[in-house]
Amino acid sequence: MLHAATASWPTGTGLPRPVRGAMSDLLSRIAKDRSDDAFRSLFEEYGPRVRNFMLRQGADADVAEDLAQETLITVWRKAGMYSADKGSATTWIYTIARNLRTDHLRRRRVWQELTDEQAEALPSNEMPADEAVSERQRQVRVQAVLKELPEEQVEVVTLAFIDGLSHGEIADRLGLPLGTVKSRIRLAYQKLRTALEDLR
Amino acid sequence: MSLSITHHPDDATLMAYAAATLAEPLAAVVAAHVSLCPRCRAETADLERLGAALMLGSPRRSGEAPLEARHRAVDPLPALARPRVSRDERLPAPIAAAYQLSMEQIPWRRLGPGVWHHRLALREADEGDLRLLRLGAGRTMPDHGHGGAEITLVLEGSYSDVTGEYRGGDVQDVDEDIEHQPIVGKDRDCICLIASVQPARFKSLIGRITQPWTRL
Repeated sequence: MLHAATASWPTGTGLPRPVRGAMSDLLSRIAKDRSDDAFRSLFEEYGPRVRNFMLRQGADADVAEDLAQETLITVWRKAGMYSADKGSATTWIYTIARNLRTDHLRRRRVWQELTDEQAEALPSNEMPADEAVSERQRQVRVQAVLKELPEEQVEVVTLAFIDGLSHGEIADRLGLPLGTVKSRIRLAYQKLRTALEDLR
Repeated sequence: MSLSITHHPDDATLMAYAAATLAEPLAAVVAAHVSLCPRCRAETADLERLGAALMLGSPRRSGEAPLEARHRAVDPLPALARPRVSRDERLPAPIAAAYQLSMEQIPWRRLGPGVWHHRLALREADEGDLRLLRLGAGRTMPDHGHGGAEITLVLEGSYSDVTGEYRGGDVQDVDEDIEHQPIVGKDRDCICLIASVQPARFKSLIGRITQPWTRL
């Protein structure tokens, strides 16, 4: 059986291009100058990926496009509140897309905060001065961990984050016991944690 | 409350929370815990970085229609007003905000000897069950198992069972194969936020009538 997740994740290739630094610049140009060029660049970079995310989450083509538009418009509107040193642009956009999906596709109350709200809620003494540097390092590490994970672990985390499947649904999709799915998820998580712990 | 949190959600639960694939009542309890727990806030942020990396890495499909921005960033839009979360000292912010509730306003209903509850409405009723539970000081709860996943967050007071002691901010994240008999701390009532997701076979009318007591 060919699994959607492994089929669409070519091992060792297809990892994200390094765009974070440039994205933070784009966001500040959007925020400060309301630059249309910057917005268009942001859209070109993220629009198709967010649309793809929504398609994988079960949206039809029109809804996926609407939600991708709405995600990027939210970025545009809130860019002024967003401070690049509080978290990465990419993670922020992921949380916006995720929450729109919960609200519009799942019709559930959204319980997760966006990263800009999380950053605001943090007492200032929890925010180290070199946060921006460590944010970039953390992202590099996360991507390195993804490259090293066994395929079966990449598969389950992809089915969770990208296809939006619960543990039970992943078990059904892969024909595995629920316990096996959970233990693969825990193993992947443990590697992520180990890779990041010295940046805490 | 956050000073002495020692029990956190299971790793697999927290990852599902970050991916937004948990059933709504479970997500509500995890959100409430995360709002109180710096450790789980940081962990959630790392898991969101993972989600972001996966989203960026999921390859574009060939032959897909080009995507044009419908809006132009020409006119400055007013910044979105961010709704201020009503801060209640005793209820976690996500719960206080979602239900416009404070601890003093909870309309407790008696469920059995030394047990009161208040049910919190979910957008989808079949997503499970979310409620606030107040257990009398010193009470021993009936020995019970679980029909499905259950997550409990202690808000005030404490209880203990075979797996340990749970105090303010602590989470007990159990799945169906655990049986336990919680004993409430002697000094004060224990107030919890509890979510459960039952398999379909427990959802009969009879089950719903008898379960509130037997499942505690």
